[in-house]
Amino acid sequence: MTTFETVIGLEVHLQLKTKTKIFCGCRNEFGHEPNTNVCPVCLGLPGTLPVLNRQVLLDGVKVGLALRATINNFVKFDRKNYFYPDLPKGYQISQYDLPIARQGYLDIVVEGKSKRIGITRAHLEEDAGKLVHDAVNNCSLVDYNRTGTPLVEIVSEPDIRSSQEAYEYLTALKLTLSYLGVSDCDMEKGSLRCDANVSIRPLGQEKLGTKTELKNLNSFSALKRAVEFEVVRQTGVILSGGHIVQETLLWNDAQGTAVAMRSKEQAHDYRYFPEPDLVPFTLDEGQVQAVRESLPELPYVKLARLMAQYGLNHYDAFILVQDQGLADFFEACVKLPADAKKVANWLIGPLMKEMNERRIFFTGMSLTPQAMVAIIQKVEAGVISNIVGKDVLAIVLDTGKAVDAIIAENGLAQVSDDESIGKVVDEIIAANPAAVAEIKGGKAGAVGFLVGQAMKRMQGKANPKKINEILSRRLQDV
Amino acid sequence: MVDEKIVRYIASLARLHIETADEPKFARELEAILHYVEKLGALDVVHVKPTSHVLDVENVFRDDVIKPGLSREQALGISENTRDGSYKVPRVIE
Ligand SMILES: [Zn+2]
Repeated sequence: MTTFETVIGLEVHLQLKTKTKIFCGCRNEFGHEPNTNVCPVCLGLPGTLPVLNRQVLLDGVKVGLALRATINNFVKFDRKNYFYPDLPKGYQISQYDLPIARQGYLDIVVEGKSKRIGITRAHLEEDAGKLVHDAVNNCSLVDYNRTGTPLVEIVSEPDIRSSQEAYEYLTALKLTLSYLGVSDCDMEKGSLRCDANVSIRPLGQEKLGTKTELKNLNSFSALKRAVEFEVVRQTGVILSGGHIVQETLLWNDAQGTAVAMRSKEQAHDYRYFPEPDLVPFTLDEGQVQAVRESLPELPYVKLARLMAQYGLNHYDAFILVQDQGLADFFEACVKLPADAKKVANWLIGPLMKEMNERRIFFTGMSLTPQAMVAIIQKVEAGVISNIVGKDVLAIVLDTGKAVDAIIAENGLAQVSDDESIGKVVDEIIAANPAAVAEIKGGKAGAVGFLVGQAMKRMQGKANPKKINEILSRRLQDV
Repeated sequence: MVDEKIVRYIASLARLHIETADEPKFARELEAILHYVEKLGALDVVHVKPTSHVLDVENVFRDDVIKPGLSREQALGISENTRDGSYKVPRVIE
């Protein structure tokens, strides 16, 4: 039986969050009432002319450089012609043969192995409007607010070989792009969108099979599921002697199926030609260099550095770099100084949990690195217990009060003196003769029960190590 | 060779309605136009830089500054078919 190989290429559209649209001064913002951010240019009215937003070109360079691509020093725009109600001009201004960036790459890790995925090109273009279909009244409603939103389209080489690799590529791409500050990279809101070109071929065959294009992949898991569905479908068609038809398929994630988009059957004949309404653009080496110098440390470089510099394991470092704010906060704490592993544990565990519950972010957060390290040090010194430390953290997040004040005001300091703990331990031993008998009979598990009882009696403020110590001493005497 | 099939295809791409009886005429005319343009193929352009734009101008930008556009009333006022603040068009099937 023939073994088939899956070949996938991804096309990712990234909406830039510039203040204005790509070719006009309309506000570029999601979530406004329909048709309230429009002007004669983005409505494609006769006699109007597009003018390129300088920031869009610079952001495009930034994306290209982050993907290790070559920046073209001479770029131009082209018309991509097709008729659809979401496109008021009857063409989309895009880039055809001279895109802003070409030949980049992104490294991904799949099952512990690193793999390089080539990036064919990244080009600038304008987004289309939004259609709402009304089946009952047999009409579609068009909102042109999104028309002219700047997009960077990032096209990968067909280097991806499985749904898992596709997932990892999109994850790595999103993370890299999120560091650039040029987009919200939010798949739910559509500021990051992904289409997948999928084909299969007998293993060992060089010639690519006929591909289909999957659209409407609104999440990472939808991408994975859609690719898996399409590979099974194509394999079935070929094994039963059929041929794959090149077509665009619309993925329905709820149903787990894809259907052909009839409306776009002829859409692949775009009759591109140079855009006469825009003159070409040149980028000199100095401009490109300035953008290169403005690039932040990229996530995978940061990941390797955090591991090397602070001795973190891959898991901890990987979580820290998922959020630039988190990684920065970590480094600020460690520099105070503080133990890197302990800081990482507090940030990845309790802090992330409390922040997620409160839906707060690092910008504008009332917890300073100093306060975080103070909490860690109080716990390490046995002044407060680990559990109380987490409570103090929550109070700092809510009130911004100083750590010492919170401990003093709420009487949270841990009781460590032998006398107070000894008294409680004696009471617990007296009150639980059955448990004591079990321990004497060799059931060590009951020790934990007694420690818990003592801790409860002391409202969580006792030093658990001390309780353990005194308890085992007293039990020998019983 | 432009035949009726190509004429129909181009007409559908351009959303033009063409009577079947006119198809041979358009095929002949398009063929003649292509034939005329083919003359350019005789020129040796190996050393000629491709023209990206007829104007000898580059780098015309605008700054990323918001400018007031049209009010929704103005924007929708140019259409006879609107509903709920949107333009209404025949339903696009997907
Ligand atoms: Zn506009």
